[in-house]
Amino acid sequence: MAKEFKRPDGRKPDELRPIKAKVGVIPNADGSAMYQSGNTIAIAAVYGPKKMHPQHLQDPEKGTLRCNYNMLSFSVSERIRPGPNRRSTEISKITEWALEPVLMIEKYPNQVIDVHIHIIQADAGTRCAGINAAALALAHAGIPMKGLVSSVSVGKLDKTIVVDLNKEEEDWEEGAGATDIPISMTDDGKLTHIQLDGKITSKEMKEAIEMAKKAIKQIYEIQKKALKESLKEE
Amino acid sequence: MGEEINTTSNLTGERIKKYLEEGKRFDGRKLDEFREIKIETGISNKAEGSARVKIGNTEVIVGVKLDIGEPYADSPDEGNLSVTAELLPLSSSRFESGPPKFSAIEIARVVDRGIRESKFIDLQKLHIKEGEKVWTVSIDIYSINDDGNLLDAAAMGAIAALKTAKIPKYDEEKEKVVYGEWTNKNIPLNKDIPITITAHKIDGKFIVDPTLEEEDISEARLTVGSSNGEIFSIQKGNSMPLTVEEFNKILDLIEKVERDVFKKLEKQIK
Repeated sequence: MAKEFKRPDGRKPDELRPIKAKVGVIPNADGSAMYQSGNTIAIAAVYGPKKMHPQHLQDPEKGTLRCNYNMLSFSVSERIRPGPNRRSTEISKITEWALEPVLMIEKYPNQVIDVHIHIIQADAGTRCAGINAAALALAHAGIPMKGLVSSVSVGKLDKTIVVDLNKEEEDWEEGAGATDIPISMTDDGKLTHIQLDGKITSKEMKEAIEMAKKAIKQIYEIQKKALKESLKEE
Repeated sequence: MGEEINTTSNLTGERIKKYLEEGKRFDGRKLDEFREIKIETGISNKAEGSARVKIGNTEVIVGVKLDIGEPYADSPDEGNLSVTAELLPLSSSRFESGPPKFSAIEIARVVDRGIRESKFIDLQKLHIKEGEKVWTVSIDIYSINDDGNLLDAAAMGAIAALKTAKIPKYDEEKEKVVYGEWTNKNIPLNKDIPITITAHKIDGKFIVDPTLEEEDISEARLTVGSSNGEIFSIQKGNSMPLTVEEFNKILDLIEKVERDVFKKLEKQIK
């Protein structure tokens, strides 16, 4: 089945789009990174840890990770009104959940780490690109971490499981249509984020997770390389 | 634009002034010298036009989107122009999320006026059906890294994004824009490019292209939008007054710098 299926951009089912990752793209920030997958580009900046204001939001037991995901108005075909919306609010929270497990945030009681994520150009998989950029920016900021988090979307186009869907694939309408499953994992293979839109059997789901695992390994290596390169420059 | 939180120490401020006294800048520039300007266009492929502008460590990105809208009653045969600016918290620890504050609004409005008053966009050519349908040009500006002079960078970004923008296809039957498909037509633009330059008065001296620290200790600010010696927009900022003599001096300074900046801009917009 998988052999007959042709992806619109000619990729193999388990083939990622070309990836670019760069750390230190925003001089003012304590940590920053750019992550590009195909035509999707995300940038992230970390400010903190710093004192949490207002005071009633302070947590005396551990620090707070505060993520803010946003798409620039011109990053999509039809201009989106600048500012937060329901979708970006949800993705911001999901991103916090995806990243927090690797952060040694208990070291920063009463403090907050702000992560600002902006999508400059969107071609599906923007939350995954955002999470990958954010993980890099946090590491670049020198926040103590138990590991990295890497994120990719797997999906099903009609009956074929594929990795890293682009917009054209996300909008797939032939056969059973498209199922989109963004997944984030720690580098030791624990799930920190999974969502699903569409329809899939549990057997296919398992196959999809295995494919995501492999893709995430590749992404992890690229993230690691980007971090090492930033050390060389300094 | 440092009125939100000013973190430049008095000591740094005094040092900057001492250098100016000797005719030098803190970072080794001359008083009328810009930092290196780098412009990259086509940085976001869904936008009709887009640009990244770096002036030293300051960076903004600007995108232009076109949509069909209704004309305003007082200009039934003209397209609409809308400019927004967001000072992203990503770009500086001084910026916070939330509704746009004064400096963001000011940037958008000053850029808007520089383009509108110079008639850089021929809005009359952007009507589709008089009184009913016109193109709306949205220019959205985002700060990426603030190291002073976001305003001039924003204005340059808007020009670069407009210059490289293509008009999208329009389905006349469905009366809808076909996004993702472009005609080979550019937005109708005037050949004279309006340049926006901001000068500051610090301790009786006048400088252009301030760094963040210089902005922090600025006494008065004057932003001028002009092209070929003709002035289209002026905005005075900060609380200290200027004498007419000082004002004239700043105009001369800006006129001199404008030509230089224009050349740099023209070379880099493709």
